[in-house]
Amino acid sequence: MIDFEPDEEQALIIETVHQFAENEIRPVARETDETGIPPAGVVEAAHELGLVANALPEAQGGGGARSAVTGALIAEELAWGDLAIALSILSPALLGFPVADFGNDAQKNELLPGLMDSAFVPGSLAIVEPRFDFDVYRPETTATRDGDEFVLQGRKCQVPWLDGGTHLVVIANERPSTASSSGPPASGHLAAFVVPRDAAGLLAEPELLMGLGGLPTVELAFERVRVPASSRLDAGDDDLRRLIDRGRVALAAAGVGTARAAYEVSREYAKVRETFGQPIATRQAIAFKLADMAIEIDGARLLVWEAAAALDRGEDASRLARLAWDQVTRIALQVADGAVQVFGGHGYIRDYLPELHLRNVAGFSSFEALALV
Amino acid sequence: MAIDFELSEGSKLAQAHYHDIALKQMRPISRKYDLREHDLPVEWVDYWWNEGRFGTKGRSEKLTEGFITICLQAEELCWGDAGLYLRMPTPALGGSAVSSAGTKEQKQRFMSKFREEGGHPIWGAMAITEPQAGSDAAAIETTADFDPDTEEWILNGTKIFCTAGEGASTADGGFVVVWATIDKSAGRGGIKSFVVMANTPGMELIGCEKKLGIRASDTATLRFDNCRVPKENLLGSAEVRKKDPTKTGDKGFKGAMATFDASRPIVAAMATGVGRAALDFLKEELENQGVAIRYDAPPRELTAIERDVIEMEAELQAARLLTWRAAWMMNTGKRNNLEASMAKAKAGLAVTKITQKAVQILGPVGYSKKLLVEKWMRDAKINDIYEGTQQINQLIVARRILDYPSAMLR
Repeated sequence: MIDFEPDEEQALIIETVHQFAENEIRPVARETDETGIPPAGVVEAAHELGLVANALPEAQGGGGARSAVTGALIAEELAWGDLAIALSILSPALLGFPVADFGNDAQKNELLPGLMDSAFVPGSLAIVEPRFDFDVYRPETTATRDGDEFVLQGRKCQVPWLDGGTHLVVIANERPSTASSSGPPASGHLAAFVVPRDAAGLLAEPELLMGLGGLPTVELAFERVRVPASSRLDAGDDDLRRLIDRGRVALAAAGVGTARAAYEVSREYAKVRETFGQPIATRQAIAFKLADMAIEIDGARLLVWEAAAALDRGEDASRLARLAWDQVTRIALQVADGAVQVFGGHGYIRDYLPELHLRNVAGFSSFEALALV
Repeated sequence: MAIDFELSEGSKLAQAHYHDIALKQMRPISRKYDLREHDLPVEWVDYWWNEGRFGTKGRSEKLTEGFITICLQAEELCWGDAGLYLRMPTPALGGSAVSSAGTKEQKQRFMSKFREEGGHPIWGAMAITEPQAGSDAAAIETTADFDPDTEEWILNGTKIFCTAGEGASTADGGFVVVWATIDKSAGRGGIKSFVVMANTPGMELIGCEKKLGIRASDTATLRFDNCRVPKENLLGSAEVRKKDPTKTGDKGFKGAMATFDASRPIVAAMATGVGRAALDFLKEELENQGVAIRYDAPPRELTAIERDVIEMEAELQAARLLTWRAAWMMNTGKRNNLEASMAKAKAGLAVTKITQKAVQILGPVGYSKKLLVEKWMRDAKINDIYEGTQQINQLIVARRILDYPSAMLR
């Protein structure tokens, strides 16, 4: 049966997360972006809500309640507070979900309990590469089998790198042996590896991006990084394509939340800012822009939910995830740009939020798997 | 309750059923009645009256999903042909008006003939628009004066753009719901709706419009010249409220406007059907040419056509889901005024662009009348106009999200 109503538990989660976003995240969003330092108290407090832990397996002490729809609802509310802080809060899932889905018992027991400790431990996932022609399905970072080890070689960027993390998941192009390792691989054969942050040959360079100022990210160089063969997760090409879909659904949900934030602040501003003795919201030029924002946000959200629901049913959701992803990438930019425009000159000033929203959503055309559901 | 995007079994059956009708009964005569603009599409009208309207009979009602299923029907049949859909012998918008503002007795009196077997095809219609007043429905000039001697209302005025107006005004048993003012000084508070039975003396069919698209649909001009209707045919109360009637319990104007909350999702679904017809055809044609849409290719590697198609699909699906949400709210009894307008605004514009893009991508073939693509482009455009233009729906959405009364945003 077609139904658009979150269940009782989801409604409670939405309410809780929204309040948290409103009271804890939004007030520090601007400062966090300016300083580039994640607000430790806020991320810790969010960690106590157990949003990621609730979705991790029960065998390792999690709640065992993994749902892409619930994940999307959470991501939207958190990102409504602030995108960078939302991605920080959700980062344990970047390590936790791939390990939960494709790790062996030893990997799960080693890595998952730490993510659910009372202290916040961030996760990390390296997938995007610093190239104009990056293709997420055909990474140029290679993993070459050499005896009982894999040798990782290549570069990654947009890798979340919050303090306190121990491991990251790396998506690479797997090759059978060192013998055939010349030139870039012709076809994609995706593989995922769990790599310790302090692996020899792994160099991390902090990066500065147009947006996401509050989320520390790095560019990584893998210079013949050797990892034991057992660190390869048991995930084939199709599995990792599904992981990419999960990243797109999570990010699309966060994009909807960011767009909603931009829309709401510009709507409130339009009701108090006056021209010629009347609030600008009484002018059709502004009112219709706001109406279009509201319509596009709702439409995009439903596409995200539909893709998430398909994931939860275990279906191939790649087409729906792509539609949702494309739509959000497009409309979030349109909405955030519209929000800056509604604010006029003030929209360009860093005292107000729309310029931050605009810088953040401009990244959606290159982001992949900065969050997972 | 939980978020769910799976249609019920009943809805899936209905979808397949109406798709089959669209394919077998509508598509084969689609071009014929586009070319023969004012002819009655006899084979379609007879089919619907004798068979089509009973199509889901015997199927458990519990399995269907109320307004969602109605939207599915509208989408499938308009995938078949939007003009023929509008020419179906049904109560249509007239029925919506009676349902939302009429008494139980009125519903029985006006609607039962549409359910009875046998007889001849009849239609319902709603007449609101006038030569000087379209979107601003409160500015209509048609008058209704009460004659206390005969206890009749006397209607005078001219209505245009009345969908199904030819059938509804001339086939005995059908009816036209006419909006008229009983007190011009009261503004919206004076506007009431009246059921005028077909062939009532004083109601004259002036003619049908020649249109860009939906040519199989009879878009009528009706003149009312001392047209008398019994007082029992007034929908809602005769009381004139000087206050804003949308804020009171008056079922007159409010009831009439509430019709749109029910009809806009259906129109949005109709739009989606036309858009999907064009998109389905485009994708099929591309596939025949060996062009597969790569949903997993990086954006920079997509061809312009692939990019267009993916955007068209996303836009169409967003429209469809907004429509289903508004319909689902009808089912659950939630007020859907905002969501109905959102769906209609989105769908109207989305399919206008989708069908135009399809013509563009298909080049001379898309422009040719050998195929139906050019027709779908012409048919699609009406969805951005009738049942509240894009701008009227934006206005409604804007008022709602800003929490502004109409006086603050016009």
